Amino acid sequence: MKGRVLVVDDDTALAEMLGIVLRGEGFEPSFVADGDKALAAFRDAKPDLVLLDLMLPGRDGIEVCRQIRAESGVPIVMLTAKSDTVDVVVGLESGADDYIVKPFKPKELVARIRARLRRSEEPAPEQLTIGDLVIDVAGHSVKRDGQSIALTPLEFDLLVALARKPWQVFTREVLLEQVWGYRHAADTRLVNVHVQRLRSKVEKDPERPEIVVTVRGVGYKAGPS
Amino acid sequence: MTGGTTAPKAGRPGRGRRFQGGRLLQDAPAGGPVLRLVIRLLRRPLLPVMRLWRRNIQLRVVAATLVMSLGVVLLLGFVVIGQVRNGLVEAKEKAAQSQAEGGFSVAQEKADASSSTGGRGGDGTDSTTAGTNSWRTDLVEQLASGGPGAFNVVALSADPLPKRAPRTSGGVDLSSIPPDLRRSVVGGTGEFKTYAQVKYTDASDDRKPEPALIIGKRLNDVDRHPYELYYLFPLTQEEQSLNLVKRTLATAGLFVVVLLGAIAWLVVRQVVTPVRMAAGIAERLSTGLLHERMKVTGEDDIARLGEAFNKMAQNLQLKIQQLEELSRMQRRFVSDVSHELRTPLTTVRMAADVIHESREDFDPATSRSAELLVGQIDRFESLLADLLEISRFDAGAAALEAEPIDLREVVRRVIDAAAPLAERKGSTVRVAGDEQPVVAEADARRVERMLRNLVVNAVEHGEGRDVVVRLGAAGGAVAVAVRDYGVGLKPGEATRVFNRFWRADPARARTTGGTGLGLSIAVEDARLHGGWLQAWGEPGGGSQFRLTLPRTADEPLRGSPIPLEPEDSRGNRARAAAAVADKSARQVPNTAFPVRGATGTLPVPPGQAPRATAVVDPTALPGSGSRVVARKPDESHGAAPAPREGRGTGPGDGSAAGSAEPGGRRVDVDGEGPGRTSASETSEREGSTRGR
Repeated sequence: MKGRVLVVDDDTALAEMLGIVLRGEGFEPSFVADGDKALAAFRDAKPDLVLLDLMLPGRDGIEVCRQIRAESGVPIVMLTAKSDTVDVVVGLESGADDYIVKPFKPKELVARIRARLRRSEEPAPEQLTIGDLVIDVAGHSVKRDGQSIALTPLEFDLLVALARKPWQVFTREVLLEQVWGYRHAADTRLVNVHVQRLRSKVEKDPERPEIVVTVRGVGYKAGPS
Repeated sequence: MTGGTTAPKAGRPGRGRRFQGGRLLQDAPAGGPVLRLVIRLLRRPLLPVMRLWRRNIQLRVVAATLVMSLGVVLLLGFVVIGQVRNGLVEAKEKAAQSQAEGGFSVAQEKADASSSTGGRGGDGTDSTTAGTNSWRTDLVEQLASGGPGAFNVVALSADPLPKRAPRTSGGVDLSSIPPDLRRSVVGGTGEFKTYAQVKYTDASDDRKPEPALIIGKRLNDVDRHPYELYYLFPLTQEEQSLNLVKRTLATAGLFVVVLLGAIAWLVVRQVVTPVRMAAGIAERLSTGLLHERMKVTGEDDIARLGEAFNKMAQNLQLKIQQLEELSRMQRRFVSDVSHELRTPLTTVRMAADVIHESREDFDPATSRSAELLVGQIDRFESLLADLLEISRFDAGAAALEAEPIDLREVVRRVIDAAAPLAERKGSTVRVAGDEQPVVAEADARRVERMLRNLVVNAVEHGEGRDVVVRLGAAGGAVAVAVRDYGVGLKPGEATRVFNRFWRADPARARTTGGTGLGLSIAVEDARLHGGWLQAWGEPGGGSQFRLTLPRTADEPLRGSPIPLEPEDSRGNRARAAAAVADKSARQVPNTAFPVRGATGTLPVPPGQAPRATAVVDPTALPGSGSRVVARKPDESHGAAPAPREGRGTGPGDGSAAGSAEPGGRRVDVDGEGPGRTSASETSEREGSTRGR
């Protein structure tokens, strides 16, 4: 059972409360309160998911997020008190997979965490092609001309979702539901930011995308293979 | 009878409106439009010139200088030319006078001498005549020889004797001597002079007539016969001199005028250039380039203007920077407060939820406490969220993320979300006008928040009756109106519902947990879109909130596709009933009321009918408050029913409230309106004029 969660939060009361809730749901939480120590704690704990507060003493959450993302694709969920577009987008661009705005309900948080963890539990032997990319779904790898491209699990899911139905145009709401596991349309900024990040990794020219194509006014679809 | 009373009624409001609108010009005679068309056609090519004239002070000053200096030069020229001419003529006259006097005395002396020597014996008349003739010839020749070209001499007989032919020198035509002068000379004894044109007989010389001074005197010849002797002094020389002076003056004047114009242009440019620079810099300052400054040289007035201008810009920049700093601090503060409040709130929230989850294990009091705790944390949360949203608007930090959205989808989502509440309240939310897409450039999140607020409000205050959400699109605007049939709004409340923390009735128990900020936020959202959020309501007759948004974000709103006062308002129903009653009364004069009762299509209860038929009775039209929030395009609409509000809350309301069942209203909503189009801008104006 995978359920190690690293909580990076300086507010001890909140961290403790998060621990109570997470333990109650069967996760194994570990804690770190300082941004400078977050990376070391991450390496020690090897968590399956990171809950990261954006405002931290020492190194701030954005920086910590970048560092973790630099060496791992582990899902990162940001805890933010600011719902302003700029804050959210900056957080997502630094590598977070999802965000949750304070104050949140415990159930909501658990649902998000489960949605991020669920993905790795369903391996299906499947080979997909999108553009000139070859995706091995079970092996969790993307290759172009034999060269493998490193993607985070979320980016991989996004690419797979598009590649499975190359004839379909996905609205942002549908992608939110399929990839992030949201029931209700929440925030399409998530999709926009992650599509940009996916493009920066898989496209030859991110300015002229060929793999993930924008359909104006509707959403995104897989490029012709 | 009916027609007789309606005719003047129809005329009066029309005239009144025309006076109010100040459109009396439309009643101008038939020639008016044609004249205006001609003027417009004439003006069109001149428009750029006129604009340049209006906008360019340099051009105006130069033109004024040219005109004025031309006037001065012309005046000066006339004076100078007059002086020169007078001088010339005076000198000429003096010279001519002395010349002529000398000539006359010579002629007189000669005549006296000849007559004394030649004797005046019994010579034959023939020889005498011949002698006189030759004497005169001699005389004229002698006199004229004094100045050939300078003057000519003419001798004429005073009495018309053919024997004594006139003598002339220099080929002067005899008709040159004006008859007036001749009469004076013949009648008088002294010298007479005049100016006249002198003609010449010898056409071969092609001499043109020329102006001359003519001096004449009556003299006696050798025979003591009177004759007239004239001296003709041509003024050619003087005229030439005068022309030369004129030409010189004209040339000089032209130069002066042109030079003055050029000088004016240069001088004005010296003053205007800094002014234009200041205007340009002021414009750039106002667009936000706060570092722009004027170039200051010297210490003159222009330099002082520049210094003052720069000082002003400096101060402005300082103040703006201070305000920006304040705004930034405010936003920062809000953001910090948000974070600082939200983190502990999250902990409280989670703790409360954990306690709430296991409330079955507690005793009833603790269990209920846990429920209350969770409920109030919910309320606290939404209050905090709304406060932060409002402060974001106040700090000007709200940004619009507009994209084309179909309002029908937003409405569907909002109604789905409000369904549980509506179910609890026992009302149904219906949608009208959603046959076609209603697309506008808007921020979906904000529009959804606004509509959610309106729909939830309508359901909450709808007292279990239906809520109708109406969509409309026309012109450059889209609109969503949420109509409920609940307690409605008292007069004046339609303006206050948008105030922060406003409550319809402070004493009333709060059943649902609104924050009191919902409509304030909605108004700010509408304003951010460049749209309107307006409320209408009547006591006991429900209310309608109308959101109007421009179809594209940068398009100004001119009107709304949906009238603010719904068609099934009491006022409109009374008017509709009156119109129908009027019609049926004309068809079947005596059975107007039974006919209406028999058809049963009108939702007006019989008790109200007699009052409703009388359009002149204002108490039949219950009051309605309407308000324009963001702008005021339809002031007349709000103003027209207002005076009636006081009386509208009279006895008529009891019966109207009694009739407020959804069934009757639905008939009214769906049709049978007196030819009114629901989705047109004019319907609102029509409604307001009808109300008058």
